[in-house]
Amino acid sequence: MSVLIFIDTADGHVKKASLEAMSYGAKVAEQLGTVAEGVVLGTVTNDLAALGKYGVKKIHHVAKDTLNHLDAQVYTKVIAEVARATSATVIVFSNNVDGKAIAPRLSARLKSGLVSGAVALPDTGKGFVVKKNVFSGKAFANVSVTTDVKIIALNPNAYPIITGDGAAEVVAFNAAVEPGKIKVTQVTKASGEVPLTEAEIVVSAGRGLKGPENWGMVEDLAKTLHAALACSRPVADAHWRPHNEHVGQTGIAIAPNLYIAIGISGAIQHLAGVNRSKVIVVINKDPEAPFFKAADYGIVGDAFEVVPKFTAAVKKLKGVA
Amino acid sequence: MKILVCISKTPDTTAKIAFTDNNTKFDTSGVQWIINPYDEWYALVRAIELKEANASAVIHLVTVAGADADPIIRKALALGGDEAIRVNAGSQDSFYIASQIAEVAKTGGYDLVFTGKETIDYNGSSIGGMVAELLDLPYVSLATKFEINGSTCTINREIEGGEETCEAALPLVVSCQKGMAEQRIPNMKGIMGARTKPLKVVEPVAVDALTSVAGFELPPAKAGVKLVDPENMEELVRLLHEEAKAI
Ligand SMILES: Cc1cc2nc3c(=O)[nH]c(=O)nc-3n(C[C@H](O)[C@H](O)[C@H](O)COP(=O)(O)OP(=O)(O)OC[C@H]3O[C@@H](n4cnc5c(N)ncnc54)[C@H](O)[C@@H]3O)c2cc1C
Ligand SMILES: Nc1ncnc2c1ncn2[C@@H]1O[C@H](COP(=O)(O)O)[C@@H](O)[C@H]1O
Repeated sequence: MSVLIFIDTADGHVKKASLEAMSYGAKVAEQLGTVAEGVVLGTVTNDLAALGKYGVKKIHHVAKDTLNHLDAQVYTKVIAEVARATSATVIVFSNNVDGKAIAPRLSARLKSGLVSGAVALPDTGKGFVVKKNVFSGKAFANVSVTTDVKIIALNPNAYPIITGDGAAEVVAFNAAVEPGKIKVTQVTKASGEVPLTEAEIVVSAGRGLKGPENWGMVEDLAKTLHAALACSRPVADAHWRPHNEHVGQTGIAIAPNLYIAIGISGAIQHLAGVNRSKVIVVINKDPEAPFFKAADYGIVGDAFEVVPKFTAAVKKLKGVA
Repeated sequence: MKILVCISKTPDTTAKIAFTDNNTKFDTSGVQWIINPYDEWYALVRAIELKEANASAVIHLVTVAGADADPIIRKALALGGDEAIRVNAGSQDSFYIASQIAEVAKTGGYDLVFTGKETIDYNGSSIGGMVAELLDLPYVSLATKFEINGSTCTINREIEGGEETCEAALPLVVSCQKGMAEQRIPNMKGIMGARTKPLKVVEPVAVDALTSVAGFELPPAKAGVKLVDPENMEELVRLLHEEAKAI
């Protein structure tokens, strides 16, 4: 018996979402009186043994470079093999882009129930019930998994990273890796910036900014806070900002520690993508803007005056003049 | 080329979310139902564009739902698509739905299966992957762009903090999101035509669900907004630092 965690990497580095998944999986293992083990696919630059501090005791590494790019079909077969070899009863993924591709396939392959978008530890008191996000952050469902093996895809930023001591035993796992049918030809990354879905702080702006030429002050604030940038849908539709910054019901759903909304009215479809943020700051010149109802801190004022002052105050706090 | 587009029915994006029967059922009173936006705007519209570029293409729609989904599927037919198949089953879990879709896909022999990125009510983001596994086909999730040249598809998909371009051959399962296509409004001709397009109803195959919803919860209400003087951003920074511990 074990809890198996899929440790996701990008360019050989373990993703932050996987540190959360390991911390979560280690806790589930403790609940069930078993051990947490990890599986890593492809070549990595991280010291895998050091991941023991997130609670995993053993890491199965399939170090084939054909696994350096995600092919969900290929990954699923390998992970299923590792799950069988480790007699995993719970398999944990992050519900990030890779988790969304692999976990459902694994669920169908193993005929094991999946809870995707989990936000809390399972309730193992009676059965196995996991709380998940539904209705785009407007509610939760408690999902009961009835199969012997359970698969959980944990929402990013829903569970803290918990560090302790200890090193993991790293073992090479020799899996049959078939050639993939998906060939990655190009990777385009917004360079030097914080990926939106992994960001602790997100600075977002809407139509209230009037035009793309006014984003300089938003970028300054984001840079000062080491934050990722986001925007409302009309802003992306008008090509003021790239589409991958569009958050909301039809864009990306995020759950940072801090979400700062500037000149965004707070339409229900926008809130659907950001209402899982822990703290929300709203800057809007209209005191009646619906966003204030969802905010923790509100500033009724003109963004063009408020934002530069805000940035200056953050710089002061951080001691960078 | 035969394309299967998976269509689901979801509450309107502004619907009030409430529960009945001791928080075990979604309260549907007064709720307007729509085609799940990802299925409509991205999966279906991209399929229609592919057919516009290749007259021999055929588009079938599939939904796993009761007869109450018929207006939704007719609306999807009004946008485009040649015929629809409704698997006459109440919604159980994702695996159950995926198994029904996979069965339809197997019998129909499709080259391409499009799903939306996720349903805006269950937020599973699961059914595409499950269908792909059940059919043992490659799966490209969260696609933002899809082009086809002969039998080679060039697809952009989301990765953390960027995009990846990849190539794959048909047959293939793809989950679609923003970027794939632009929203369209059905025109009169489409609406009239949809009335006579075939809507086949088939009975579900026997499959056991793997999960069930024990109950729902609403998030705790926010404490209320704390207003900060726009002239005093030091105070905002202090609150964020000391009280919220967010910076
Ligand atoms: C099915 C559906 C799905 C949708 N999905 C999404 C989605 O995913 N994401 C999304 O964002 N939207 C989505 N929308 C659109 C949504 O309904 C709103 O139209 C949109 O969010 C509004 O964007 P906005 O707040 O930037 O603009 P507006 O609503 O125009 O608001 C601009 C705000 O800026 C304020 N403002 C103006 N000037 C200043 C100033 N100088 N200083 C400070 N404040 C100022 C105004 O008071 C106003 O509140 C969707 C709509 C539908 C129907
Ligand atoms: N009942 C259903 N019938 C047909 N397709 C569905 C159904 N439910 C979900 N889908 C498809 O699967 C996608 C992902 O759904 P989900 O996994 O529930 O988030 C949706 O965008 C639809 O394309």
